[in-house]
Amino acid sequence: MSVSLLLEMAASDDPDRTAVTSDGVRLTTQQLSDLADGGAAVIAASGAGHVAYVGTGGAALPVLIFASARAGVAFTPVNYRLAADGIRALIERLPEPLVIIDEQYRDTLGDLAPRLTTTDEFLTAARGAEPAVAEFPDPESVAVVLFTSGTTSQPKAVELSHSNLTSYVMGTVEFASAEPDDAALICVPPYHIAGVGAALSNLYAGRKMVYLTSFDAAEWVRLVNDERVTTATVVPTMLDRIVDVLETGGHELPSLRTLAYGGAKVGLPLVRRAMQLLPQVGFVNAYGLTETSSTIAVLTPDDHREAHAAAESHVAKRLGSVGRPVPGIEVQIRDEHGAACGPGESGELFVRGEQVSGRYTGIGSVLDDEGWFPTRDIALLDEDGYLFISGRSDDTIIRGGENIAPAELEEVLIEHSHVRDVAVVGVEDPQWGHAIVAVVVPAVGIDPDPEALRDHVRKHLRGSRTPDHVVFRDELPTTPTGKVLRREIVKDLGDLRAAPAE
Amino acid sequence: MIKNGTRLASQVCDTQVIVVKSADSLDDLRCGGAPMVPVGGERSSGEVDPAFAAGSVMGKRYVDEGGAEVLVTKPGAGSLSVGQTPLQLKEVKPLPASD
Repeated sequence: MSVSLLLEMAASDDPDRTAVTSDGVRLTTQQLSDLADGGAAVIAASGAGHVAYVGTGGAALPVLIFASARAGVAFTPVNYRLAADGIRALIERLPEPLVIIDEQYRDTLGDLAPRLTTTDEFLTAARGAEPAVAEFPDPESVAVVLFTSGTTSQPKAVELSHSNLTSYVMGTVEFASAEPDDAALICVPPYHIAGVGAALSNLYAGRKMVYLTSFDAAEWVRLVNDERVTTATVVPTMLDRIVDVLETGGHELPSLRTLAYGGAKVGLPLVRRAMQLLPQVGFVNAYGLTETSSTIAVLTPDDHREAHAAAESHVAKRLGSVGRPVPGIEVQIRDEHGAACGPGESGELFVRGEQVSGRYTGIGSVLDDEGWFPTRDIALLDEDGYLFISGRSDDTIIRGGENIAPAELEEVLIEHSHVRDVAVVGVEDPQWGHAIVAVVVPAVGIDPDPEALRDHVRKHLRGSRTPDHVVFRDELPTTPTGKVLRREIVKDLGDLRAAPAE
Repeated sequence: MIKNGTRLASQVCDTQVIVVKSADSLDDLRCGGAPMVPVGGERSSGEVDPAFAAGSVMGKRYVDEGGAEVLVTKPGAGSLSVGQTPLQLKEVKPLPASD
């Protein structure tokens, strides 16, 4: 099954529906399909072995995904925010690529590859091309290759097959299930799995896609109201800024029904603020990885409301969970010896299902014999099957032989009124192995007392969890999608290692 | 056994499907009472059997008891069956939009 089938079905079902709008461009499903056909011919004629895209996305993203699929060539959107060297290094890892680049990056990156064209040139050529006969690629062949953000290591090239992506879309989205007036606002970057997922799922659902290619919270609010947006997905840093704009501007978002957030952990005070500001909106927490073709678990609007209103602590706690697995996904928590953990026990999360790739270029598949993918996320399931993620296993702090998930402390510290944002890391310590450092972004206008914050943690968690040091910063380094760059924090804290923990 | 991803067409109506999960039962997949054939393949002329005329619905998935699953990529007047046994519409629990 090819991802191209998703577009074929959308165009045959409702050819005149607006599929996408972006910076004044509007395409119906049929126009998108025609562009994809023409684009496939351009790609085929170039003789390229791969299509790479360096740009901000918008309508070009679905066009390129489907044009590549119809040409039977794998597609990679590259992070355009990287430095020129970084982009070059990623492009060099792709086989004989046709590089399609937004005009604004051409001057700095003009000589990336022998086959290079600007996005506008490509679209013009696609409009004029005789459509190629659509390929029906092997479902197991690679449709999209995405580079991981490389927060803990060198970026890895994740291979997503046609079968992985179509299984995800068909397993989680009912065809043409959207209402005629539904519109999704897409502001996640094109090189992120959520960007690829959005282009495929919304098309299949029959939901108009409205692109905001360069995120700005005020512009986001304006677009929601102008385009009568009904659903949107944001990463935590975006949610934080949107909530600020809503609070200071007194805006309402009457058309919005669903607001999904994901990509990194969101602090609960922010979720509560957003829910209070937008009581008519259903919030969705989506958890997934590049390697799993986007979402594998969702905390639904009903879950949010129930948890928010709950008196019982085990239900209230679920506001911090990522919900339950989507259809077609199995999850298993394993301890360090590989044995399955029971409810409430923390271990590494393994997942299995058709949408799970677990395959990397140059490395191959990392699935075990039974098809399980090790996510390297530390997680637990509660009695009712709600999944809680407490961070990457690489980030685990080992202090005095005890394993400590940074999230444990972060969840406590973020609830303190003097804390706006926080990351907890381990730095090398001669006595304890790791010393615990809480890196705190103070609430606006507050100069918190480190001792008071340590006391706050001591009150909620065992003594071994008390931070050895509390330091203050104006902001935390994050990726554009809101993942905290812990390696950079640790590097920045280098001088603390000289001072032994108490 | 027929391969996953195989596209089949009805001989007696507009229905087309793609095989999502194959099983041996699909060797006898029919639409409107007549065996389904590869898309673009030769088709005989015929009418929809009134016993199999409930129609197929665009974008819906149909399953049999053996775990076979097909997706309707073009709707038509005939309904899907394995032999004389009608396929069932797959029940799906709607998920909120998350992308």
